[in-house]
Amino acid sequence: MSPVTGLAGDPRRRAFVNARLVDPATGMDGPGGVLIESGRIVASGPGVTEADTRGADEVIDCAGRLLFPGIVDMRVFTGEPGNEYRETLKSASRAAAAGGVTTMIVMPDTDPVVDEPALVDFLLRRARDTAVVRVAPMAAITRGLKGEHMSEIGLLQEAGAVALTDGRKSVASSRVLRRAMAYARDFDMLVAQHVEDADLACGGVMNEGELSARLGLPGIPRQAEVIMLERDIRLVELTGARYHAAQISCAESLEVVRRAREAGLPVTCGVSINHLTLNENDIGAYRTFFKLSPPLRREEDRAALAAGLAEGLIDVIVSSHDPQSADTKRLPFAEAEAGAIGLETLFSAALSLYHSGEVPLERLIAALSTTPARLLGLEGGSLAPGQPADFAIADPHLSWTVTPERLHSLSKNTCFEDRVFEGRVVHTVVAGRTVFTYD
Amino acid sequence: MTETEKNGRILSERHLLGVAGLSVPEIAALLDLAEDYVGLNRRTDKKLSTLRGRTQINLFFEPSTRTQSSFELAGKRLGADVMNMSVKGSSVSKGETLLDTAMTLNAMHPDLLVIRHQHSGAAELLAQKVSCAVINAGDGRHEHPTQALLDALTIRRRKGRLENLVVAICGDVLHSRVARSNITLLQKMGAHVRLVAPSSLMPPDAARLVPEVFTDMQEGLRDADVVMMLRLQMERMNGAFIPSTREYYRFYGLDEEKLRLAKPDALVMHPGPMNRGVEIASSIADGPQSVIREQVEMGVAVRMAVLDALARNLGTEGDGS
Repeated sequence: MSPVTGLAGDPRRRAFVNARLVDPATGMDGPGGVLIESGRIVASGPGVTEADTRGADEVIDCAGRLLFPGIVDMRVFTGEPGNEYRETLKSASRAAAAGGVTTMIVMPDTDPVVDEPALVDFLLRRARDTAVVRVAPMAAITRGLKGEHMSEIGLLQEAGAVALTDGRKSVASSRVLRRAMAYARDFDMLVAQHVEDADLACGGVMNEGELSARLGLPGIPRQAEVIMLERDIRLVELTGARYHAAQISCAESLEVVRRAREAGLPVTCGVSINHLTLNENDIGAYRTFFKLSPPLRREEDRAALAAGLAEGLIDVIVSSHDPQSADTKRLPFAEAEAGAIGLETLFSAALSLYHSGEVPLERLIAALSTTPARLLGLEGGSLAPGQPADFAIADPHLSWTVTPERLHSLSKNTCFEDRVFEGRVVHTVVAGRTVFTYD
Repeated sequence: MTETEKNGRILSERHLLGVAGLSVPEIAALLDLAEDYVGLNRRTDKKLSTLRGRTQINLFFEPSTRTQSSFELAGKRLGADVMNMSVKGSSVSKGETLLDTAMTLNAMHPDLLVIRHQHSGAAELLAQKVSCAVINAGDGRHEHPTQALLDALTIRRRKGRLENLVVAICGDVLHSRVARSNITLLQKMGAHVRLVAPSSLMPPDAARLVPEVFTDMQEGLRDADVVMMLRLQMERMNGAFIPSTREYYRFYGLDEEKLRLAKPDALVMHPGPMNRGVEIASSIADGPQSVIREQVEMGVAVRMAVLDALARNLGTEGDGS
């Protein structure tokens, strides 16, 4: 387990008592508290109480709220370096803190592309100096995200890259991906792929179906995702690489993943919170904030994804936080960029699946925190003693309204404008330090 | 003349197409004969008349300075008439097929035909069509038998044996005929062969070729008696099979830190030409454990032994000369 670099621990001994602890890593779910010191968890469980704070400098009463390991968001785009006006590591980290995200995994689709050890080093330094949560980069699978030549996988790993991805792009060439996967396997690097056959999806701007026909917009068939996923799984079979489908969006993909699992292949998959809580009908009158990649699918796909998450077939939930500004979004639907911000609303939106009875709380937290930490070989994702003191406290019933101007992101392209959520993160701790409180 | 005393038959086959076709006694006899030629090559008068009257044609479809000159020198020292035919500017580059070229050359009645070709199986094909002895000087990714023989001779002279030595063959195993011939020959002779390469440069099912396969060079070199480095071809660098030369050097280049894991008296070998700073550090290539220059010397002796042995078979067939 490699520590996520960047943040010095808070030396103080602090006790968080009177909480409902939910920690899928240890199977804990019940009343208790957490004692931290020097940025790490010293003790956790029912034994840490108001009556027994074990000499803490400070005691925080959680008033029965949820306390869970901090979210490790495996898919975050920022504009740094290259498009800092959309989002910096600093602004994204503030949004993350407000959403209970304690580690952001940032994507290599920046300008320049993170395909070079020196850039990984740069990102980690910038994060250390400016961000309030932990930051770990994924590096490009191929140089310049061009899909032609594999990047310096071993040197990137040494510099601190935690996995490989071509971000918004898929590696189209089977030959290139085969060699990169074979090589990545030697370094036990996870290969995370955006699963879309770009050729089949070419020109499409939304899910292909009745709605796209009515709106007169070119569609992207679900098969564009399934074809790429099926091919990739064949390459996993060939190379033995650890593979992660970054986001799946349709019911058919779940069946492909299920078969790969049954065959014992090292295949995992993620889903964005948007695809779990929204569907193509949300596009309404060509609302470009709902233009996403992969596109929002049918309601039956959304329901299947939620069921797949509950069942454990889907491993990871991501925000897929993708800041876009007026210049890229205030355009005709077909011309607008895909993507929506989501760091700050991720947990609240996830809670809606708990309130609706679709996904148990423990499954949500496992997919937000425990599993991503494990897949990336990171510390955290658990409240066990010895782990970093990275956690969030949430009031599951607090009602709040999403007001774009009040979100911390520099870009305001949220899918949840004016949405009234039930429940939100009210306190976030990273390396023992409180980085966010809600008031 | 000493050569008249030891002109007994060594090889059962007419051609040397690969080490796969050689038996253990044949390999041992070739190495013994080569050993004699090492002594000869160090004398002032290096010229013999063993192959007097014989014609040797070196037919090189791939450029090679080292192997071609080694074969040329070997033939000349044994007294043969040697002709070099490189493909550039010849009829082959004007569209003539391999077999047309072979038939043309055959009509000139050569006795020994040395061929280097970019495609696996080319030497085999040629051998089916010509009436002289064919020596494979490297065919595609398949075999390079004289390289394996010269490597074995180098090791045997230094270590006194081949049996039970741990030989780590490192680098671009996938594309290497040197690796394939060495795997076969060394295992026949009782050595323990390991392959060390990134998965992208490892042949499929490598574990069926040798008992030990490593993708981590540090592990692969542990307690090795011989470290055999392979050349990385330029076109395979820069993102095709490996990310970059600097990354390759970091993880798979033989430097002092990695060599320290092998036995203290481990031999360092390389078939040449070397990419210094890519697969091997200069300090290692020129260092005390390196036998790379000795390999070149053994090359001439081994090729003399091969030419001699094959010519003996021609003689016993009574070709009327």
